[in-house]
Amino acid sequence: MYHIISIKDFEREDIDNLLARAEEIDTQGVYERSLEGKLVALLFFEPSTRTRMSFASALARLGGASICVDSVEGSSIIKGETLADTVRVVSGYVDAIVLRHPREGAARLASEFATVPVINAGDGAGQHPSQTLLDLYTIRQSMPLDAIDVGLLGDLRYGRTAHSLAYALSHYDVTLHTIAPSGLELPEHLLGELKERGMEVIAYEDVSDILPSLDVLYVTRMQRERFPDSASFLNVAQSYRITPEILTGVKNSLIILHPLPRAGEIDPRVDDLPYARYFEQAKNGVPVRMAMLQEVMGQ
Amino acid sequence: MKQTPPGLLVSPIRDGTVIDHITAGEALNVLRILGITGTTEECLSIATNVASKHMGKKDIVKIEKRELVKEEVNRIALIAPRATINIIRNYLVTEKKGVEISGILRGVVRCPNPGCISNTSEPIESSFEVTAAGLHCLYCDTVITKDITSHII
Repeated sequence: MYHIISIKDFEREDIDNLLARAEEIDTQGVYERSLEGKLVALLFFEPSTRTRMSFASALARLGGASICVDSVEGSSIIKGETLADTVRVVSGYVDAIVLRHPREGAARLASEFATVPVINAGDGAGQHPSQTLLDLYTIRQSMPLDAIDVGLLGDLRYGRTAHSLAYALSHYDVTLHTIAPSGLELPEHLLGELKERGMEVIAYEDVSDILPSLDVLYVTRMQRERFPDSASFLNVAQSYRITPEILTGVKNSLIILHPLPRAGEIDPRVDDLPYARYFEQAKNGVPVRMAMLQEVMGQ
Repeated sequence: MKQTPPGLLVSPIRDGTVIDHITAGEALNVLRILGITGTTEECLSIATNVASKHMGKKDIVKIEKRELVKEEVNRIALIAPRATINIIRNYLVTEKKGVEISGILRGVVRCPNPGCISNTSEPIESSFEVTAAGLHCLYCDTVITKDITSHII
C-alpha cells in the first residue's frame, strides 16, 4: 500500500512525477472527478486551517467526499483510545486517511496499523510532506529546481517546514543559505545529513549579507516561546523582518515564500511587490494535494 | 570434569557463545541489548574490567547453550564496536566473527524526544535504524549521536 509519510521517503523522480501531475491538474484541469465515490477521513487532532481546508477542497474537486474529526475532544482518543486502534477502526469506513496529530511519528504509526493509505498532514514538529511538495511546486512555477540559491530564514531549529524543504532541495542542484539568530540554526544532525548528500549549506546571521544573491527566500515564523523574554524576541523578530526597504537591490526574479500563518515576519507592504508568492503558494496546496490523493488511491 | 585452565577467571563453556573484547563496563548493557535479562534462562558468565593487551581493559560475556546469530550480535556494535563473537561447540571455537554497525533496534532504546509517538501508550516498540551518524528514530527522525547507553530501556 502506498502511504505518504515523510519527504525523506521520496526519491527525486517521485517528487518530479508528483509535481508534474499537480501541474497537469492545475493547468489543464485533467483528472477531474477521478475520485468519484471515494471517501477519505480527515483526522485532525490538532488545529489547522489551510491544510485541512485544502485537503477537503482537493478531495471535493476530485469528486470524492470527506468525513472529519476536528479535535481530540471530538474523538475516542479523549476516552483513552490509542491512535493505533482509531486508525484500524477508521480504515473500515474510508478509502484513505489524512492525519494531523500533535505527536511526531504519529503518521508512521498510523501507516503501520491502517488498512488504507495514510497521508501525513503534519505530525507535531515532525514531517509535513504536503507542505514541502507545495513549496517545491511554487518554486518550480517560477524557475527550474536547479542551479538556484535558496535562503531559509527564521527559526530553523524547530521549524519543520524548513527542515523538510531543506531535505527535499538536497535532491537538486541548490545552494542553501540559512539565516537564523544564534541558537535557532539548523540542527546539527540535519546539517550533517545535507552535507553528506552533497549540498552546499552556508550560514548567516544577517539577512542583508545574502539577500541580493538569492533566487528564493523562504521565511518561517519565529516563536515567542523560543526566547528568554519578550524584549529579546521583539528585538530579533524586528531585525529579521522582511520589508520593502530591505528588499532594495534583490534580483528581479526573487520569489518570497512563507508557509503561513505569518506573525509579523513579512511586512504587509511586501504583499504588493512582485516577489511575494506566499498566497499563491497557499493556493497551490489544492492541486498538489489533489495529486497526492490520486497517487495514494492509485488513480 | 573439565578443569579451568590456569589464568582463566571463568570456566570455558561447552556449547554457546563467547563475546570478547567488549568495551570495559558495557557487559551488562550488551546483555540488555541482546534481550538477556534476569527472567531469561541462559546460563551466563560475565567478566568485567579484565586486563587486555590491546584494549587495556575489556569485558567478556559467555552465554551457554545459545548461539547468537550475526544479526543479534550486530546490535551491540554501537556500545562495543570492537567486540568479537566466538561460537563454541564442544569446547572448540567453531566460528569467529566481528560486529558490524547495521540493522534496526526494536524496543532497545528509548527515543529522547518527549514528543515522539513511541513515548506514549501506543502498542508499538521504539524503532531505531543504526546508521553511521548514530541511532535514527524511525518514528520521529530524532538522531541519537552520543551517550547511547543512557537511552537503553
